[in-house]
Amino acid sequence: MIKSLLQRWLPQGRTGVIAVPYVWLLFFFVLPFFFVLKISFAEPDISQPPYTPLVKQEDNKTTVVLDTSKYKTVFGEVDAFFEKSWSEAKEESQYLVAYWNAIKLAFFTMVLTLLIGYPIAYNIARSNEATRNTLLMLVMIPFWTSFLLRVYAWIGILKNNGVINNILLATGMINEPIEMLYTPGSVLLGMVYNYLPFMILPLYAHLVKLDSRLFEAAADLGAKPWTTFFQITLPLSKAGIIAGCMMVFIPAVGEYVIPALLGGGDVVFIGNKLMDDFGANLDWPQASAVAVIMLVLLGGPIVWFHRIEQKQQEAE
Amino acid sequence: MAVTPNDVAAGDSKQQFLQIKGVTKKFGDFYAVDDVNLVIPKNEIFALLGSSGSGKSTLLRMLAGMETPTEGRIILDGEDITDQSSYHRPTNMMFQSYALFPHMTVEQNVAFGLKQDKVPKDEIIERVGKLLDLVQMRKYAKRKPHQLSGGQQQRVALARSLAKRPKLLLLDEPLGALDKKLRVQTQFELVNVIETVGVTCIMVTHDQEEAMTMASRIAIMSEGKLEQVGGPREIYEFPNSRFTAEFIGSTNIFEGRLSVDEPDHIVIDSADLGRGIYVDHGITGPKGMTVWYSIRPEDITLCRQKPDSQYNWAEGKVHDIAYLGSHSVYHVQLTSGRIVIANVPTSHWGSEKPATWGDEVVVKWSDGANGWVPGSVLTK
Amino acid sequence: MSRMPLSNRIFMGLGFFFLYAPILSLVIYSFNESRLVTVWGGFSLKWYEVLINDADLLHAAGLSFKIAFMSATLAVVLGTIAGFVLARFGSFRGHTLFAGLTTAPMVMPEVIVGLSMLLLFVALQTGMGCSAEGGPQGLWARLGCWAFGERGMITIWIGHTTLCMAYVAVLVQSRLKELNRSLEDAAMDLGCHPFKVFFVITIPVISQALVSGWLLSFTISLDDYVLTAFLSGPGSTTMPQWIFSSIRLGLTPEINALATIVIVVVSVFVVISNRLMLSAQAKRDKAMQAAFAQGGSAH
Repeated sequence: MIKSLLQRWLPQGRTGVIAVPYVWLLFFFVLPFFFVLKISFAEPDISQPPYTPLVKQEDNKTTVVLDTSKYKTVFGEVDAFFEKSWSEAKEESQYLVAYWNAIKLAFFTMVLTLLIGYPIAYNIARSNEATRNTLLMLVMIPFWTSFLLRVYAWIGILKNNGVINNILLATGMINEPIEMLYTPGSVLLGMVYNYLPFMILPLYAHLVKLDSRLFEAAADLGAKPWTTFFQITLPLSKAGIIAGCMMVFIPAVGEYVIPALLGGGDVVFIGNKLMDDFGANLDWPQASAVAVIMLVLLGGPIVWFHRIEQKQQEAE
Repeated sequence: MAVTPNDVAAGDSKQQFLQIKGVTKKFGDFYAVDDVNLVIPKNEIFALLGSSGSGKSTLLRMLAGMETPTEGRIILDGEDITDQSSYHRPTNMMFQSYALFPHMTVEQNVAFGLKQDKVPKDEIIERVGKLLDLVQMRKYAKRKPHQLSGGQQQRVALARSLAKRPKLLLLDEPLGALDKKLRVQTQFELVNVIETVGVTCIMVTHDQEEAMTMASRIAIMSEGKLEQVGGPREIYEFPNSRFTAEFIGSTNIFEGRLSVDEPDHIVIDSADLGRGIYVDHGITGPKGMTVWYSIRPEDITLCRQKPDSQYNWAEGKVHDIAYLGSHSVYHVQLTSGRIVIANVPTSHWGSEKPATWGDEVVVKWSDGANGWVPGSVLTK
Repeated sequence: MSRMPLSNRIFMGLGFFFLYAPILSLVIYSFNESRLVTVWGGFSLKWYEVLINDADLLHAAGLSFKIAFMSATLAVVLGTIAGFVLARFGSFRGHTLFAGLTTAPMVMPEVIVGLSMLLLFVALQTGMGCSAEGGPQGLWARLGCWAFGERGMITIWIGHTTLCMAYVAVLVQSRLKELNRSLEDAAMDLGCHPFKVFFVITIPVISQALVSGWLLSFTISLDDYVLTAFLSGPGSTTMPQWIFSSIRLGLTPEINALATIVIVVVSVFVVISNRLMLSAQAKRDKAMQAAFAQGGSAH
């Protein structure tokens, strides 16, 4: 009797199993986005929590107040680009500039990690099994080491009295230390360094699956090495390239730590803008609006990425 | 669990041990198995033979309970098992490439099913020991599957699927993972073990030699349907369709029109042959209908002189020869352009010089003057 | 397979130099006597001594290890189920969304995930009645206060688990995909309930993926700064937060010492586990060859 009641109420085995991770993800990953959306329409307030409620009750009247000023702060000064001088417009549209800087940074990081990572992944995948394991391990070790510490290492190398400048000064190649740290270049360098394994691993995973007889067949049919590469290897590793690029580009747009530690204050990226609004300015609604816009921007690439992943898996 | 009333007489229950009634499996719009009806008596070894995608594996998985039929019932020993899940069913399967649990020893693999049934420990030890003796694997009891050769793995898999004394044993491509030489030896071993245990057995295979060696009856499957069911000899010598005739062994098929239809013989006019084909039994059908005549290569002989018979021969030229030791396979091109295959025993030529490439020859087969006429007439 | 051409070798050499030079410089300067991080003042172990006497750091490290252990464990449980569902359950309603959600935390910028989770926790805290005047009333409110009131271990734990389970799910899913499904079918055919099959067949067979999933989750959690920055309260400083603020305050050779310890531990660990895996593989190959040789002669 109790058993049959329980069976009625408890989900069936299969559904129950699906429900456990599904409910977790819906509750802790999807639901929060709705709160971000909600808070982005609130106003900051010196209270606990530090924002105004959207639903106000006055004299038994319930009103919903949607404050769009935070979005206006981001987009409001678009007109300036048409009316004022470029530098003035940039000054006034800090958020738009920060988005643009972040996308540029993410894009260059993606391109550079691909250019450096592809040959590495390719050479690892094409070497014999024992070497392959060792090389893969060598790629993995820095990845398992603390990310913050790897960023920190670059400070010691790039700063004015750092390793590179010390070597150059000692050898007499320069007289004055070169300004390298706290520049856009040092941020890009740190990004490429830290995101490189995220590019290499998906590329490797796809490249290693390619049957080496394909290359032999191409060579046997008279293709030169470069022809083989462009006609066989590259098309067949397309899915890996896309996976690697997305693994780098999407998180890189919102990167905070690397610009915060390696960047100077003059070039601002959107991740840092968000963190400043959240932390220093205690303007949670503004941070939320920034996050909502970032999510909309990245929505396209994320969905596209999942489509391709899905297709790839169906093909297998 | 629903038990259908056992309306079968006691004597028939052995004859109708397994009944497959109108079983159909659809995947979307695709019929993987299409209205299959089959009755299998107790202790028979039955083979489902077909090429890949014919639906034989889906049918087997439905018998094992790993797929649910879209329609139809499966009745085993008087009990409707259609809706029983695979872990409740009194059937066990030997999987293609064996699916031995890699983290368990031979012994643990064989004991696995008995442990699920909570059989007392002493009994498990005893039964597993006997099974390992039966398949001659006792000395490997403590080994892990990856430490065994393919043939040894096959025997462990067999022992594991027999451990629970299933009412129905299912074999999915039982010897497909073995190389050819080992396969031939193992066929007989496997049949011996199954017969010793005395279990009803259905196997799925794409290897006709395997099916013909091991099974007492064979069903040919194609596109989800049973094309023909019968003993190995029956389906080889009396195929009921062009599909079966061409699927089992090799054959020559001549298309023609029914020109004479007597109760004791018929004649088929064949354009390829350029003359009539005489068959010593009647069929039912209107005169002039299109029929096919299938004749096996070993029933055709070659000679150099034209026979004086009216039927069942044609002139041609040797187009190709494959020498296979005991016999040679001749491809003879008839004047109509049609190629006829004939198996000619090496002894056939005696002291005469064997026919060679380009030789003019005559292909012929018995026209009933000496009694029996080979080949069969097909209407589909 | 042929040897790599010289040009490729040079490229690989440069690539690995790029990966390792910064790490090497960290290690070298950790033994520097001088306070000025990059001026060599002679060999010394004094920064290691400073390190192990830094109570703040030790406290932060303790908290980080605790959270990493809890996160990795829960992430393996949830991630394994998610990966199993994706690899074995075929299609169900909401499958596409589920597949997307499982991997999304891997790529989603952490600032977004962190902020949104924080807002959820704040809403939960209020919603469960923790911020009511006069302190929490009733069990529900107490639970709300305990979990979300003073943000710290529990909120970080939930955040890290959500992030790490994505990695575990991907690992488990790909391992299951290459694994023959008939193993599970065979166990069921022998009378094992599907629920039990998961524990006696699936889990043992994919155990290697589970171990690597756990280790990966552990390091990700141990290393995470951004999520933690959103989800931690004033009383809960983790090791990455300590490192981050130390770096912002200026270079301290203490961090070099910490980095060296981390690098040594990780390297030793990775090398050993790799060796173990390789030798297990070699042993298996040898056993298989022996079996085939024997099987061949027996017939």
